[in-house]
Amino acid sequence: MSKNILELHDLKRDFMMGGETVHALNGVSFNVEEGEFVTIMGSSGSGKTTMLNILGCLDKPSAGSYILDGTDIKQLDRDQLARFRNHKIGFVFQSYNLLPRTTALENVELPLLYNPAVSSKERKERAMEALKAVKLEGRYNHKPNELSGGQQQRVAIARALINEPVMILADEATGNLDTRTSYEIMSLMQGLNHEKKKTIIFVTHEPDIALFSSRTITLRDGKLVKDEKNGQIKDAAAALAALPPTEGETK
Amino acid sequence: MKLVNLIRLSFRALQRNKLRAFLTMLGIIIGVASVIAMMSIGKGSQRSIESSLSNMGSNLITIFPYNNTPGGARIQGSSVQSLTLDDVQALQRDATHLSAVSPTSQAGGQVIKGALNWPTSIQGVAPEITDIKKLTIKDGTMFGEDEVRASAKVCLLGQTVVNNIFEPGEDPVGQIIRFNKIPFQVIGVLNPKGQNTFGQDQDDIVIAPYTTVMNRITATRYLQNIVASATSEAESDAAAQEVAEIIRRTHRLRRGQDNDFTVRTQAELISTLNSTSGLLTTLLTVIAGISLLIGGIGIMNIMYVSVTERTKEIGLRMSIGARGIDILMQFLIEAVIISVTGGIIGVVLGIVASVIIANTLHWPILLSEFSIIISFAVCVVTGMFFGYYPAQKASRLDPIEALRYE
Repeated sequence: MSKNILELHDLKRDFMMGGETVHALNGVSFNVEEGEFVTIMGSSGSGKTTMLNILGCLDKPSAGSYILDGTDIKQLDRDQLARFRNHKIGFVFQSYNLLPRTTALENVELPLLYNPAVSSKERKERAMEALKAVKLEGRYNHKPNELSGGQQQRVAIARALINEPVMILADEATGNLDTRTSYEIMSLMQGLNHEKKKTIIFVTHEPDIALFSSRTITLRDGKLVKDEKNGQIKDAAAALAALPPTEGETK
Repeated sequence: MKLVNLIRLSFRALQRNKLRAFLTMLGIIIGVASVIAMMSIGKGSQRSIESSLSNMGSNLITIFPYNNTPGGARIQGSSVQSLTLDDVQALQRDATHLSAVSPTSQAGGQVIKGALNWPTSIQGVAPEITDIKKLTIKDGTMFGEDEVRASAKVCLLGQTVVNNIFEPGEDPVGQIIRFNKIPFQVIGVLNPKGQNTFGQDQDDIVIAPYTTVMNRITATRYLQNIVASATSEAESDAAAQEVAEIIRRTHRLRRGQDNDFTVRTQAELISTLNSTSGLLTTLLTVIAGISLLIGGIGIMNIMYVSVTERTKEIGLRMSIGARGIDILMQFLIEAVIISVTGGIIGVVLGIVASVIIANTLHWPILLSEFSIIISFAVCVVTGMFFGYYPAQKASRLDPIEALRYE
């Protein structure tokens, strides 16, 4: 039995909107075990984004508890949360969020810059390793505007990997990409999940993408409505191969 | 984040916007350069005033025959008749803090030599004047007590007078000139002293025994002023007080009655002039300081723009583990780098400007390390002060909102 990476218990998050309380999350509970690949689904307004912010330690629940890797994040202050994010979480965003006019290598190094325990030599080595893991060796000195969307997202994934997080948190990470590139990214994610046993939480509204994960959690109106294991995980690499060939990206 | 990394990061950020960084610096550059130039001009003129005044004799005490206390009708100094030779004698006899005393009796007129003439003034003085006013003789000799007693018609000329009434190369010593209608024998020529601080030509002068001037030209027993030398500069104030007491006694002024004369020491004059030029320096420096302030506001403005522009970057940095302090430091260091780089360029430019002013306008310039250190320090403080608020704004952003910022 694997240990729980995260435990959510009766999680609530309320917002004040013009004097009215909006329950963005209204009592959500679930656990995620190490090595799971979970998609969190939901239409807009379902509380998906709020859930993402809390899972990412960017926000705190109003009530209930969220325990990530054995720590209740409610006890942490702003700076401790920042440290916690730095050590435990790898973010992948829809719009990549790479620093412009900065090389791929430097972009990947970024999280380690905020970790004083890592020397600049080690930082560089680990950044190169992470870029190799996403098959971008040879593009170390390319700047974001010299890379395709898929490549930029892979740089972002490398950045999420570099600090050896306990969980990768992806926010609509394929939302800006075409089907082929999306499948490439999903294939990469599956690889990380299978080979490196990375726990991945993937927030999306595309049911298509959920098929690649091992478990799907569906939110609606701030409540968990469905939580099911995926018996038949679709292989992204196979799906990619099945796509009709295009003269698009060759790499 | 480590400081080295922060500094590297800030340099990188500035490099991406070179023109903007330079334009932001420009305010600081101009501010610092003008502070340094203004201060070196101010200090330079202050020093030149001091040196030219002590050139006139730093122990000099001058007694004027009028009182410049405010109120009442003011009378032109030369028309007041209160100082006489009795005062001079009393000073010579009683003063213990004075090393030399000389009356001055002055008359304006025309010096004539052959076909040439020149309007100037003749000063009747005692032989001690050379010590008091630090005059030196280039050719010939000074008159002595004998000439004074005899009201001898001898005189010494300043260089300007010589240049105007003698042909070049002609030796004035021994020649006869006329002042108004009275013939004088030239017995000496004074070394040139140039212009004084007020732009007055100190060489446009004829000096003669005071008896000669009083008896033969002005025909009056009243003096223009009395000049004296204190035994030392430190004794100046004591000497001035003693002089006042002695003259009050000879004038028989009762207790409570105002002085009918004024005693002024050179030290006093120096400090008056210094305070005037000091005021000017302060004023110029304040104006320059205001431009530095505007430079600082420029930094603040651009840092705010930069923070807004990079909101998303800030959000990202926060989400991957930057603490508030990391973001604060990043922007603060950027602001300080702008102001310090601007400061360094400004210091160099200020020094260059001062040297150019010294060489082209021939103004006296004195570069002080003090002004350089001060303006540099002000730069760092300006950068920190004006960079702090934008940096703080950046550090307080909510990572969630910053990430979603478009």
